[in-house]
Amino acid sequence: MALLEIRNVTRRFGGFAALEDVSLSIEAGEFFTLLGPSGCGKTTLLRMIAGFETPDAGSILLDGRDLAGIPPEKRPIHTVFQNYALFPHMTAFDNIAFPLKMANLPKHEIRQRAKQALSDVKLSDKANAYPKDLSGGQQQRVALARGLINRPRLLLLDESLAALDAKLREEMQIELINLQRDLGITFVFVTHAQDEALALSHRIAVLNCGRVEQVDFPSRIYGFPKNRFVAGFVGHISQIEAEVKESTHGHLRLMAKGIEIIAPPARNAVAGDRGVFAIRPEQVRIGHEELADLRNHFFGTVESLLYQGDVSEYKVRLENGAMLEVLLPNTGRGFRVSDVVRIGWRHDAGMYLHE
Amino acid sequence: MNDSRVEKWLLAGPPMLFMLALFAVPGAIMLVASFRYPGEFGGLAPLNGLAQGFTLETYRFFFSDFIYTEVFIKSVAMATLTTLFCLLLAYPLALVIARSPKRDALVLLVILPFASNFLIRVYAWMILLGPQSALSEMCNAVLRWFGAHPVELLFSPFAVLVAMVYAHLPFMVLPLYANLIRHDRLLLDAAQDLGASAWQRFWRVTFPLSLPGVYSGSALVFIPALGMFVIPEILGGTKDMLIGNLIKEQFLVTRDWPFGATLAIMLTLAVMLIAWLAGKAGGRHA
Repeated sequence: MALLEIRNVTRRFGGFAALEDVSLSIEAGEFFTLLGPSGCGKTTLLRMIAGFETPDAGSILLDGRDLAGIPPEKRPIHTVFQNYALFPHMTAFDNIAFPLKMANLPKHEIRQRAKQALSDVKLSDKANAYPKDLSGGQQQRVALARGLINRPRLLLLDESLAALDAKLREEMQIELINLQRDLGITFVFVTHAQDEALALSHRIAVLNCGRVEQVDFPSRIYGFPKNRFVAGFVGHISQIEAEVKESTHGHLRLMAKGIEIIAPPARNAVAGDRGVFAIRPEQVRIGHEELADLRNHFFGTVESLLYQGDVSEYKVRLENGAMLEVLLPNTGRGFRVSDVVRIGWRHDAGMYLHE
Repeated sequence: MNDSRVEKWLLAGPPMLFMLALFAVPGAIMLVASFRYPGEFGGLAPLNGLAQGFTLETYRFFFSDFIYTEVFIKSVAMATLTTLFCLLLAYPLALVIARSPKRDALVLLVILPFASNFLIRVYAWMILLGPQSALSEMCNAVLRWFGAHPVELLFSPFAVLVAMVYAHLPFMVLPLYANLIRHDRLLLDAAQDLGASAWQRFWRVTFPLSLPGVYSGSALVFIPALGMFVIPEILGGTKDMLIGNLIKEQFLVTRDWPFGATLAIMLTLAVMLIAWLAGKAGGRHA
């Protein structure tokens, strides 16, 4: 049995459906991420799990028990809020001890456990500091320790890393992974940052307009997106409109504005279907020499380039007008805008997406 | 002098002049007057050189009879009760207003009584609490039903307290409201999420965060309540003299200006002492 079962949950605000028939099941010990653009319903879903919102239809079960009617303070579920929501009038120690005090534990046990929790997040020397005197990363760690101290069945994290700068965010990501692994507490993480979702999660649910588009492992979400939305939302991808000319179990032959592309087979694709051919920038090769070993090779013109230090991101226009993104490590000579280049990719790279 | 300094003086000058003329100078006059002898027909005795013109006599007189200290204690007690009842009434009201979508209209209602004259509102209480009033008759009907003696509401400490609380209530509501409106709703969600019941959320989060509002509201009520003489004059009995009435008496009836000035100086010192103590207590939370 799954730890958390979300069954056919629907929530409407006026005429607008924030969540439409959402079903998910989250296993104990999982790092599960709800990923989607703002307004996709992920925060509404999180607030429902916490108990701050009620579904119009459907149910949410924890350990097989329906949570309906149980107020947030009675649920063994804690939340790390986006801006941490630390109590400004309490020290780091008192913030962390808060859930234990609410549970009316004996004083000596509160003291001892809060001290331990402070040292677990490497803040022993900040016990008496108020939140305003802590850095963003320290506040984040206090919020985490506070959420975890009485070992909830589930920890919800609402865009919890969004307020940190890039370097610190990466450090916190690693800390978060270690913490979750060491404690074995189930995390449900909400984010709109796809890179964060890919880096942290065991599984990801991609949400869009109140619906679940795909639930899968990060590598499958990235490598095998189910549809155009997931493909476009997670990572960079080039999409070219294409028509299926021939579908065998070995490959697909696509026609895209006059050029022929050989692509890996796709389920249910039949000749005559119209959709897109999609390919990740790192799967595309670019060069001056012939790329004869590749089944798909074309000429193109460099339209723009973004130098990013380790890699450069090129936008190349193919003969038929389609635009492709290409990622090239900056190890050798690069290309310049309006260079005519050869472009190619393997017959098993990219994918045909029908919807 | 450069431009920015001229600008500063132009901005700060008029209000500073105003405060100097209407606060510092009268204060100094009172201080000097408190060390002088009373004149034969009121006012101050003529000054016969520095040596004979000044005395500590009025201060000695103040401490020689406990009756004056008693008036002080009674006044402090009345001001304390006024502050306490104002706080008890204003807090829930301010909380409801701060969390209401119609808060602007509700705040307007709180300050609406200021649109009518203060004296008229105090006289209105005279009618409301008078022996013929519905309130008095209802009250006494209940008392008679229990076999108790009827009471007079008017001209009693009760009447003074009711009107004091009534008159000072907005000064408690407004700072509390201004504080509560700034509270982050998310903190209450966080507290609830972490296991706090509604009661715990109030006492652990809302109330401690509202303490600055409680302190400033209490100061705004306590200090004027301590010196108030209009309400006890109109609604209080002759026996219940408060410090404000005593001072007024010295200047307008007894015509002992130095003693009146001494009482006023003592009142000022008492207020400063209490404000200092409150500031020390409040400083821990600010």
